[in-house]
Amino acid sequence: MPDTKDNIITTQEVTLHMGPQHPSTHGVLHLILDLQGERIINAEADIGYLHRGTEKLAENLFYHQFVPYTDRLDYMCAMTNNLAYVQAVEKLLDIEITERAKYIRVIASELSRIAGHLLGVGAWAVDLGAMTILLYAIRDREIVLDIFESLCGARMTLSYLRVGGVRYDFTDKVKEACNNLLEVLPKRLDEYETILTGNRIWIQRNKGVGVISGEEAVALGLSGPSLRASGVKWDIRKDEPYLVYDRVDFDVPVGENGDCFDRYLVRMAEMRQSMRIIKQCLRDMPEGPFNVDIPQIVPPKKPDVYSNMEALIHHFKYVSTGFKVPKGEVYSAIEAPKGELGVYIVSDGSEKPYRLKLRVPSFMNLQTVNHMSKGRYLADIVAIVSSLDPVFGECDK
Amino acid sequence: MTPVDRDELLIKKIQSAFRHDIIETTVFRGEVTHLIQMSALRSICTFLKTDPEIKMNFISDVVGVDYNTETPRFEVVYHFYSTSKKLRIRLKVKVNDGETVPSIAGIWHGADWPEREVYDMFGIVFEGHPNLKRIYLPEDFEGFPLRKEYPVRGYKDRYNPYGVEKE
Repeated sequence: MPDTKDNIITTQEVTLHMGPQHPSTHGVLHLILDLQGERIINAEADIGYLHRGTEKLAENLFYHQFVPYTDRLDYMCAMTNNLAYVQAVEKLLDIEITERAKYIRVIASELSRIAGHLLGVGAWAVDLGAMTILLYAIRDREIVLDIFESLCGARMTLSYLRVGGVRYDFTDKVKEACNNLLEVLPKRLDEYETILTGNRIWIQRNKGVGVISGEEAVALGLSGPSLRASGVKWDIRKDEPYLVYDRVDFDVPVGENGDCFDRYLVRMAEMRQSMRIIKQCLRDMPEGPFNVDIPQIVPPKKPDVYSNMEALIHHFKYVSTGFKVPKGEVYSAIEAPKGELGVYIVSDGSEKPYRLKLRVPSFMNLQTVNHMSKGRYLADIVAIVSSLDPVFGECDK
Repeated sequence: MTPVDRDELLIKKIQSAFRHDIIETTVFRGEVTHLIQMSALRSICTFLKTDPEIKMNFISDVVGVDYNTETPRFEVVYHFYSTSKKLRIRLKVKVNDGETVPSIAGIWHGADWPEREVYDMFGIVFEGHPNLKRIYLPEDFEGFPLRKEYPVRGYKDRYNPYGVEKE
């Protein structure tokens, strides 16, 4: 056959490397795409560019020292990572945290979910050419980050939760800031939806793109909002309630078509549900201690350390030797903004985990990219990756 | 579902179906764990997935654990979940160094990447896996970093001047 220009374009298969340095791969995703013209034949994800060996590090750290490392997993919503880890350790220790701490944790992780989803939708929009949404989302995420700052002094790497409770009390000032957020954000979300939901470009780029049926999604290990968009009503907060999720009233938004557009709608609806949860928790939060009364696992208050000899010894003991955890193994999962975030700890009875495994949603969710993008156009892969909202701190561990 | 119902399903039903293949069953902090014979792994997995009362349709994770002082040295741990019955179960198999484990990626497609991860970190080979190669580390990486003897700082080479000297 003569090598005419036409037939090269239509018949020759091309392999295209997208990433790891590409603005719309949300970090360091490297996709090896086999293309037939503009059509994707096969999409292979090559990950691991951000691998830091978190699990190996955990085996060499005390239980309480590992909390800051969890911040660096899904750095867009550090609270939920903290929660997954400390909850697993508490399950091993078999302790029940105080009522107040439970409410604080729920509020903190829902705020985190809002921050994560805002950036997820914002980055997705800018990838498809709607720059405005990113700027708006960053602006509104700022309100959440300000709340975190007044709550614990940090904005991204929070390390706010600790085994046995939380680090600082939930003050009235924070409560006020949360109320302010609840007042401002609904209008802002309406604004986003006005810009995006009815937007012809947004609909054409997302509707019917990256379709996955519920059954296939479950088989491939997809979880979180991306799975619910395929019509599978599974939310760990509802089905295996932890903290006080069984006491608050909220809905689990579900999609129908399992395409990118539904994944967007589910995320938008989830932010509204998060606000409902925060509102109820602010109303119901009781007074009381925010840490359990077990001196071995909770360090003394910092001002006491400077003035009280016993507190200083206690502090020194906590920092230098950590605390022992009973022998056994547990798996504890929470509903993180991206999906099921599970922590599996094998303990040999010492102060350090014998083995710690993080079941990270971004990693499992990325498995579906090939399935979703097969036969689609090259431009669709941008929408598909964004709709899964992977974060590579988490995916690569 | 009450704990009694759960035990009935996850312990008694599985035990009666695979009497000779289950070595040990433990319940710790409300989590059911079966230590099973490797030869029965695929049949138990198929049973868990297809049994209408259990229906473990979701694979949460595949984990490797290195007990370097014991023989067999490794343990491969599977976490399953049922989205319809809201049940969780854990299966474990013991693996010797150099032994292969039957892959379950044919039963749950989602096991593909986690099995690759276990291979990457521990060097445990999954027989029948569609695409078994390293996932996080580069293809030319030497050694398996989550094995206990592997140093935290890694081995010294031109990219890692602070690593441990290789004997």
